[in-house]
Amino acid sequence: MKKVIVFAFFYCCSNVVIAQVDPLIEKVSKKLGLVNDYVAEGVMKTDVSFIKASLGKVKVYFKKPNLLKVKKEGGISLLPKGGVSLTINTLLNTKKYSTIPGGTQVVNGKTLTVLKLIPNDDNLDWVISTLWIDPVEALVYKTATTTKENGSYEITMQYGAYAQYGLASKIVFSFNTKDYKLPNGITLEFGDEDPAAKKKLLKNKKGTVEITYNNYIINKGIPNSIF
Amino acid sequence: MKSIIAFELYKIFRRPRTYIAFGAIAALIVVIQFGLKIDGESYASFLMKDINDTLTVDGKVLNGYLICYILLQLLLVHVPLLVALIAADMISGEANLGTLRLLFSTPFTRTEWVLGKFIAASIYTIVLLIWLAFLALFVSMWVFGTDDLFLMKSNYVVLIQEKDVLWRYVGAFVFASFSLLTVTALGFLMSSMANNSIGPIVGTMSAIVFFTILSTLNIPLFSIIKPYLFTTHMNNWKEFFDIQVNDGNEAIAGSILNIAKIKNSLFVLSAHIILFVTAAVYITKKKDILS
Repeated sequence: MKKVIVFAFFYCCSNVVIAQVDPLIEKVSKKLGLVNDYVAEGVMKTDVSFIKASLGKVKVYFKKPNLLKVKKEGGISLLPKGGVSLTINTLLNTKKYSTIPGGTQVVNGKTLTVLKLIPNDDNLDWVISTLWIDPVEALVYKTATTTKENGSYEITMQYGAYAQYGLASKIVFSFNTKDYKLPNGITLEFGDEDPAAKKKLLKNKKGTVEITYNNYIINKGIPNSIF
Repeated sequence: MKSIIAFELYKIFRRPRTYIAFGAIAALIVVIQFGLKIDGESYASFLMKDINDTLTVDGKVLNGYLICYILLQLLLVHVPLLVALIAADMISGEANLGTLRLLFSTPFTRTEWVLGKFIAASIYTIVLLIWLAFLALFVSMWVFGTDDLFLMKSNYVVLIQEKDVLWRYVGAFVFASFSLLTVTALGFLMSSMANNSIGPIVGTMSAIVFFTILSTLNIPLFSIIKPYLFTTHMNNWKEFFDIQVNDGNEAIAGSILNIAKIKNSLFVLSAHIILFVTAAVYITKKKDILS
């Protein structure tokens, strides 16, 4: 009986330790907390092996706690399914996660602290997320998130003029793509197929969407109807 | 020559048969536009099934530009058959009625008559194409609105910016005019060889169907002759809607992926037109109109 009580005590303690939010995450959250909402203008580039698309101007709308919308100015936009909404703000603002330290890693010459987030709320879309954080600047440079329904995403960030708010100047979403093929009977493309297109398809199964931000308008208020 | 063309155009547009093609094109386009207006979203969802597994597509995919592309894909295969109805009747119809000898007894030469008739048939073909362009492009733009052209090909997707689309349609319609003029010339050649209308009309239609099947079959034996068949090149208007990408897989606005293919096709089609019309002139000059 004594052994059971001791085991239960240590088990509970260990859970408390795991459930504690890392101070570095707190620091990052505090920085991000300065931003209640923003509208950012930028240029989006879609790079998926089976898609030929040109650059497009986009507006990104964010509102606490986790509302996010990317709108292309006049035109059709292609975004990774479910992935764009999983930014640092939307991950951390839920406050429903536990952190596990993952050591340090050097990424692009910076020594970054690795933290894994595990959601406590079963209703959240994501299963696990790894964050690479600069402990000095309290900036997240990379995240890798696995979702329940939409696969895995990697997001890398670069910072510029809005670093004091934790807002990136460039974001790159990387995601896995599936095969694309439409029967010739539907597209009415009979005859010889373009061998270059076939070769290109085999080359890359990873897609990226890059958004380079020109400017942010912070904390000026955004109506919910935008989202 | 002008009077011959005016005279032939008058005869073409006086015939009720001429308006069958206009009516058929209008009926087909309106039916397809109506269907896509009512249930286009489910059609688009079906086409985009693979894309929607990976990406969220935001915007008006089913817009006038895409509708026009769908319509052209469906119609430009069949419009040649409608062109054959008129072109293949131009000389043989006169021979059948016995009016050919009257025409050839006028001060105009046989060559002038043949060329005048061919130009008149070509004008009819161009007017038919303009009618098709008006209904397929401008009416679709009016009914469905405009946006970027999201084109789903067999192996890849092309997203062309809205401002970069219209000139491509102009190019595609100019190209299509060469395709249809080739059919006009073929019908004309068949017409010069017969003394009744049915034979050349059916003959032209059969030739189009036969060579189209050869062009679409991926059998190595036929690959040798495919580059020389006009039907192989008739569908290359689609090349206007493929775009170059740079090393970063970024589409280059205003570019065409394979401009050499378009030039080659235009050359082959033009060569066919010249060949068919020259042959028609030669045969008509030798034609016995006394029997």
